Amino acid sequence: MSGNNEFRVLSPTAILGYGFPDASFKRGVEKKPHLIAVDAGSTDPGPYYLGAGKSFTDRAFVKQDLSRMVVAGVKNKIPVVVGTAGGSGGTEHFKWCYEILKEIAAENKLSFKVGTISSVVSKDTVKKALKDGKIAPLTYVPELTEQDIDDATEIVAQIGVATMQEALKAGCDVVLAGRAYDPACFAALPIMKGFDPGLALHMGKILECAAIAATPGSGADCAMGTLTKDSFILEALSDDRVFTTESAAAHTLYEKSDPYHLPGPGGEIDLTACSFKDIGNGRVEVKGSKFVPAKKYTVKLEGAKLIGYRTISIAGTKDPIMISKIDKVLEQVKQRVNLISNDPYLADGLIFHVYGKNGVMGALEPVKEITSHELCVVIEAVAPTQDKANSLCSLARSTMLHYGYEGRVSTAGNLAFPFSPSDITVGKVFEFAVYHIMEIDSEKSIFNYKIETFKDGELV
Amino acid sequence: MRNIIEVAKVIRSKNSGPYELTFDIMFKTHEDFKMFKDKKIINKEMFAELYKIPVEDILGIIWFEPAHAVKITIKRPMSSGALGETDIYGAQQHAPLFNIKF
Repeated sequence: MSGNNEFRVLSPTAILGYGFPDASFKRGVEKKPHLIAVDAGSTDPGPYYLGAGKSFTDRAFVKQDLSRMVVAGVKNKIPVVVGTAGGSGGTEHFKWCYEILKEIAAENKLSFKVGTISSVVSKDTVKKALKDGKIAPLTYVPELTEQDIDDATEIVAQIGVATMQEALKAGCDVVLAGRAYDPACFAALPIMKGFDPGLALHMGKILECAAIAATPGSGADCAMGTLTKDSFILEALSDDRVFTTESAAAHTLYEKSDPYHLPGPGGEIDLTACSFKDIGNGRVEVKGSKFVPAKKYTVKLEGAKLIGYRTISIAGTKDPIMISKIDKVLEQVKQRVNLISNDPYLADGLIFHVYGKNGVMGALEPVKEITSHELCVVIEAVAPTQDKANSLCSLARSTMLHYGYEGRVSTAGNLAFPFSPSDITVGKVFEFAVYHIMEIDSEKSIFNYKIETFKDGELV
Repeated sequence: MRNIIEVAKVIRSKNSGPYELTFDIMFKTHEDFKMFKDKKIINKEMFAELYKIPVEDILGIIWFEPAHAVKITIKRPMSSGALGETDIYGAQQHAPLFNIKF
């Protein structure tokens, strides 16, 4: 174990750009971590960001977080690993994050080697894998088709520990990875140093959310994990929170369908024999997490496709007569829109979100009776072009505003608009098209890394 | 009859990836966790009735002792962000669980 019997990992924040207090970070750096790591992404904010090549986090805050991490890492010779650059790890996301890194290097006149890993997989590679029967859908996902591959703006695969280790072995001080398996950024280096992969990955799984797994939880505060030969220890880095056996164990449930088996690239973390122990001072020791390699090495693929353009309008009603027959009114408005529009098929893209009725749960809402004294109606129009979406939304809005439903008493207008203009152009709409696993021989067959060197802030 | 709020300290929902919705109920004490587990108070039929969904749409119910928790995972009504979406993160689908009585 290269002479060290413990390995400390500092996780400053749950997502790059969520922020963290200076004091917690300073306390973390003073504990002399062997690694500073962060995962910068998620599919949680929906398919738009992957499809549109945009980050869901704010540039100024990403720069602030990354700057503090890279400056501290380079100054103290602590490797820094960043996964899922730009939030989704696609081509544009990666470029965006790399530009930020370049600015940080220049502004601080830093000298370091950066390893960059792209996670974009060519469509030809995915099509060949599909033909060879090497692609399988995840639960509830439809089978992948050639059409889905063509429709996806691009396809990213989750980078595991192997490629990050290659870059670290080559002497990189900073590793910037595209779409990555969240725990990999935290686990690559300790596994390379000989620490147990099950413990390292489980620790990574918890640290990727930083202090969310502490109590009270926070995604914008730092946490530290210390790996030993047969356990890992979690501790918070501010006096505001502690880790408890329950907070650490509970985190294992978060956003997962099975807390005992957590699948990832090349295998799964098996927590059936895992134990959590309070060792005092707000620290929790975790033992028994195992990594079970899979028979076939698989990586997860993600892709989103453009399905149209959106325009919305927000309005309210508190007319008791209209509220009592809202379903019928909306259905009739839809029919009117169909009748007036020259593009009758467009009404398929007309959706009414009715808050106060089932705006939050939609089809899953078990309460059928409306008890609210007012309703919010969000008119959503999705069409093949932005102009058509604008037209559809405008038509639906004016039709609903003046629609003479049966029993109407209030004849001046059916809706209260808080804003002028009342219609909001939202832009492109995406849907997930690829969410599958692909069998590969090894990470080398789809990922590689590139090294670039900064000297006094300049790329050389 | 008692309400689940008396014995649960966390009741939440969230996406588990863009195609699944997962619900967690964490109990305040080990005794209440064990009682719920032993009596199978939370089961597929009961959950399907609560959400008015077919039993086949429930992927699984897993009792997780280290956190005194039970996890229920179901098929998302649509993939996250697809046309007709109401809750991208799936974080506000938990309220019907407040109606569990035992």
